[in-house]
Amino acid sequence: MTKSQTSIEIRNLYKIFGAHPEAHVEAVRRGMSKEELGARHSHILGLNDINISMPAGKIQVIMGLSGSGKSTLIRHINRLIEPTWGEIVIGGQNVLEMSETELRDFRRTGTAMVFQKFALLPHRTVIDNVTFGLEVRGVDAAAARATGLRWIERVGLKGFENRYPNELSGGMQQRVGLARALSNDTSILLMDEAYSALDPLIRTDMQTMLLDLQKELGKTIVFITHDLDEALRLGDQIVILRDGSIVQQGNSQDILLNPADDYIQRFIKDVNRGRYIRVASVIEPASESALPQVPAEMMLEDAVKVLSDAAASAANVIDAAGRIIGAVTLRTIMSVL
Amino acid sequence: MFPDPLEHAANAGERMDWLLKFPQLDPDWLLTAKRAIDGSLKALTRSYGQSIEDFFYPLLQVLIFFENVMANAPWPLIVIAAGALAWFASRRWAEVAGVVATLAVIGLLGLWVDSMKTISLVLSATIFSVAIGIPLGIVMNRYRRLGAGMKGALDVMQTMPPFVYLIPVVMLLGIGRVPGFIAVVIYAVPPIIRLTDLGIRLVDKEMLEAADAFGCSPSQKLWKVQMPLAIPTVMAGINQTIMMALGMVVIASMIGVQGLGLNVLQAIANQYFTQGIFNGFAIVGIAIIFDRISQAYGRRLQKHRGASHD
Repeated sequence: MTKSQTSIEIRNLYKIFGAHPEAHVEAVRRGMSKEELGARHSHILGLNDINISMPAGKIQVIMGLSGSGKSTLIRHINRLIEPTWGEIVIGGQNVLEMSETELRDFRRTGTAMVFQKFALLPHRTVIDNVTFGLEVRGVDAAAARATGLRWIERVGLKGFENRYPNELSGGMQQRVGLARALSNDTSILLMDEAYSALDPLIRTDMQTMLLDLQKELGKTIVFITHDLDEALRLGDQIVILRDGSIVQQGNSQDILLNPADDYIQRFIKDVNRGRYIRVASVIEPASESALPQVPAEMMLEDAVKVLSDAAASAANVIDAAGRIIGAVTLRTIMSVL
Repeated sequence: MFPDPLEHAANAGERMDWLLKFPQLDPDWLLTAKRAIDGSLKALTRSYGQSIEDFFYPLLQVLIFFENVMANAPWPLIVIAAGALAWFASRRWAEVAGVVATLAVIGLLGLWVDSMKTISLVLSATIFSVAIGIPLGIVMNRYRRLGAGMKGALDVMQTMPPFVYLIPVVMLLGIGRVPGFIAVVIYAVPPIIRLTDLGIRLVDKEMLEAADAFGCSPSQKLWKVQMPLAIPTVMAGINQTIMMALGMVVIASMIGVQGLGLNVLQAIANQYFTQGIFNGFAIVGIAIIFDRISQAYGRRLQKHRGASHD
């Protein structure tokens, strides 16, 4: 399968909840705060000037605690929620200018969504749930079934085709949800806290599965989570939301090494940094050549292991081609951790 | 003006009169109005009675056909059919045994033919009520403003004493099967309309979101998501409708509907206690059969809806 070419551009997006959102959009754009809007006009500011450029074929994580607006934001991408102001350009087309039919078509063929509480239809078997999107689109039943069976096998549910959702565990139900989304073969995959309802171990399994699938599929994935570990593990790019505004965006290295403010600082305090910071992020100029070698993409946690196994205090960093591009010392690693 | 007893009692004067006696429209005016309405209804009946009857003639034939099928079929066939239905709905032998035993007792008491007449009217009224009630429930759900109006009409239909709307039905159609059928349907159709609307409204918001996210058109959303998920509630409505129809069939005996209800009516008129109690029990027995079968079927439909085995 080819890598997705579809990028998502969100520009100046505002969402105000209340009786007359349009009336207050100007004031908010001029800088009225969420508190003032709430106290003076009893409207709720859901999203405040969101600008994100989501690259094609990558996993974009949107992270925030409950009430930060992350679920509202993902629902703007397929327009389950109408924005108050702004632009959402997907693959060169503005989603907000689509007519009802165009929008329906876009939802059928352009995006697929995975839900926090699975949202499987209880009266349908696994295979009938998985082929739901294809059925809605009008794909011939036999072809839909073949596609569905392929994806059921791919997510590890072979043999469960004719079970009903309530006969499956939470993790298995979400595999069905994922297979349903993947069957649609869309370039964009929207995952709304898809793993938040799962047990930690199953969650890790599902993350691994998603990363494996993504290597193969290269879709543009928007992944919502409130779990920083999940965000750091999955995200090629991460956006952190708070009270409807973006606090910081960047990759996992940026966020861990250059937190934008105290809020992010507090967030990342308890994270196992060695597991997510790459050697490349703490690289120094190389001085000697007779040192153990570590790849630039390696996580610090693993580099420490290499160093202690070799009883060395420094290592040379090599790139994918095997050339030495710098060095890393145990002392720097320890100071970062 | 009629002489007012209060006026004589409260001889103290006419000052308090307005407080004790509720201001009433002029009785002469009321009388004229009543006469005018009744008169025009009668005129309507006289001029259109025949065409109204012609209009309902096909319905009459269907009702007679149903009744003949039920009443003239060999009794073992009916018992077997009822038993098979109970098995299909519940997959439990205890239910089948209960249904067969109830029918046997009804037959032994000599109420077989009357019971079949009652059952055939209840069944045809239920089928008709479901056929018009489910679409109306969907309409009520989809068009909120119209739905609010319909809700008012349903409230009136459900609280109006049934005897009252027997009157216009009889005036227009006389007595017999068709007016009885219409009265039963009017009485039995509200629950199915209401519960179809309710069932659709109770569908999980997340399911609707999923339907939208996958690009369902409104009709795909209705038939693939909302209606299937509303089925348990709709089944509860069908069960209510059957019970109301059975209740109304007894009352409709006053306008010439045959069957168990007529026997009860005779028993009241002549103070035949035993006849009353036998027929009463037969009605209870039929009600239990209908109730068990429809509920068991509703439960089986919900087999996969329980909580996850997580």
